Amino acid sequence: MDTYTLLREVADSWVLLAMFLFFLGVMIWAYLPSQSAARTEAQMIPFRDDDAQASLNSDLNAGPEGSQAMVQKGQSDGR
Amino acid sequence: MDYIKLILLALVTFFAAIGVNWAHDLAYQVHAVLIMLIAFVMFVRVLRRIDEAPPAPPVEGIYFDGVIRAGVIATAFWGIAGFLVGTFIAFQLAFPALNFDWGQPFTNFGRLRPLHTSAVIFAFGGNALIATSFYVVQRTSGVRLWGGKAAWFVFWGYQLFIVLAATGYLLGATQSKEYAEPEWYVDLWLTLVWLTYLAVYLGTIFHRREKHIYVANWFFLSFIITVAMLHVINNLSIPVSIWGSKSVQVFSGVQDAMTQWWYGHNAVGFFLTAGFLGMMYYFVPKQAGRPVYSYKLSIIHFWALIFLYIWAGPHHLHYTALPDWASTLGMVFSIILWMPSWGGMINGLMTLQGAWDKLRTDPILRMFVLSLGFYGMSTFEGPMMSIRAVNSLSHYTDWTIGHVHSGALGWNGMITFACLYYLTPKLWGRKQMYSLSAISWHFWLATLGIVLYAASMWVTGIMEGLMWREVDDQGFLVNSFADTVSAKFPMYVVRGLGGVMFLSGAVIMCWNMWMTIRRGSPAEARMPTPSASAVPAE
Repeated sequence: MDTYTLLREVADSWVLLAMFLFFLGVMIWAYLPSQSAARTEAQMIPFRDDDAQASLNSDLNAGPEGSQAMVQKGQSDGR
Repeated sequence: MDYIKLILLALVTFFAAIGVNWAHDLAYQVHAVLIMLIAFVMFVRVLRRIDEAPPAPPVEGIYFDGVIRAGVIATAFWGIAGFLVGTFIAFQLAFPALNFDWGQPFTNFGRLRPLHTSAVIFAFGGNALIATSFYVVQRTSGVRLWGGKAAWFVFWGYQLFIVLAATGYLLGATQSKEYAEPEWYVDLWLTLVWLTYLAVYLGTIFHRREKHIYVANWFFLSFIITVAMLHVINNLSIPVSIWGSKSVQVFSGVQDAMTQWWYGHNAVGFFLTAGFLGMMYYFVPKQAGRPVYSYKLSIIHFWALIFLYIWAGPHHLHYTALPDWASTLGMVFSIILWMPSWGGMINGLMTLQGAWDKLRTDPILRMFVLSLGFYGMSTFEGPMMSIRAVNSLSHYTDWTIGHVHSGALGWNGMITFACLYYLTPKLWGRKQMYSLSAISWHFWLATLGIVLYAASMWVTGIMEGLMWREVDDQGFLVNSFADTVSAKFPMYVVRGLGGVMFLSGAVIMCWNMWMTIRRGSPAEARMPTPSASAVPAE
């Protein structure tokens, strides 16, 4: 079997299946309820870099979906 | 360590000196002179301070921002250079007399065009990506850049790459692969610089204080890794002589074409999209003052984008020697790509939910929103143009040029300007830019410029495509090629004017940056204390 045919057959079958399953796994992982806290934590990383920005941030209005952390931080009207 | 450096620099100087003497072509000779001089100056500098005590180690708890300040300035500088060349060649197309006789062959359109594309994509865009990725990875990891001076090597090495590539084009050294024109030795140098970039970036992420890797870093990392892979594979070539710039590609025929467009489209996908999305995921939330709309969506956006983009290349080769199945594959994946692209755009735009009122007062946020709008528009236009039937009309016409520019000027340009406006006051310790109304001027000039550019290219592209395929009742072609050229003249002038507006907006930005920097001084940004960063968000 020449290289092209071999690669083509592997790519069309097992590699395709493996990539598709990996992708499905990522999709499921992205929605896992158990990862919710981790997602919120990661979402807030940009606002932790300096204190000035962090305190400014906690003054902001509660955000919409996905920013529960802000809801708990404070709801006073910001800038 | 210094002794090894001295030996290496001496060897490079010696080798380059031989190159100057034995060079087979002008480009190689000029580059050899350049490298000889740089290596010699560095040799002398290292020699002069060899007995001095090593410099004091950097203060703990301070971010490594010097290289980012340099990157911000380099971005603005190369931006002006690239836009200027672009505007000039736009007028060269409208008025061919601008291919001055005295400048031949160095300043004709054919040599200036790759200079323009490389200057805006790799010099302007690349410097913006390197600077912002270094900024973002430090802030979202809570640590200083890893690798000490390696980041400076990345910066200066990249500038040398740009200079070698740009002068090479003017002097006629090109391997004729679009967006990969530099010849073999420039490619090798870029590989070295890029792997160092990857090492600095990965090293910083490995040492991070945060538990999670923020999503912006995923995008930046995928951009760095994929560009390394694309660059190496598309530039597999064998030099004819070690003393000349000419090289021969390893692939040939349709394999070469496919490799080239696998590279070319993923340069768009990973350099101009994934990398800039990394900027989006950090700077838009920062400027809007609220976290990204949905972290779930950002995870899906990332994986879907990188899984799909890599297959889209064949849509550049419809109706060629490429097998039909391959071009159909490219077309289908391009259309599916619409979904993650718009998912990402929505994620960016919805981050502003509850903060839309800021658009009235904050011109920087307005730029971010406009760039996302153009991202959405060009990621809709692109899949549409990849459909074989549409492509049969649009391919080889100016529509393609218009599409590229609505993406490059609208999405990449605008988000880069916004990031520069965000970074400049922060890096030089000012509260905000010198003039907010100048930002508004820049915003409107650039927006109108893009609108003129894109609209004129739609008109001329579709007109040109229709003229090429027009046949009379006997089945003969109605128009000659020259007919389309003269019909396009008014649109070419409008396009040139759009370029002038975009360029003048960028000049205003440079003035604004200059005034801001002049009043400020390099700011030292403190890292959060370890205990503070360990506190979870809840």
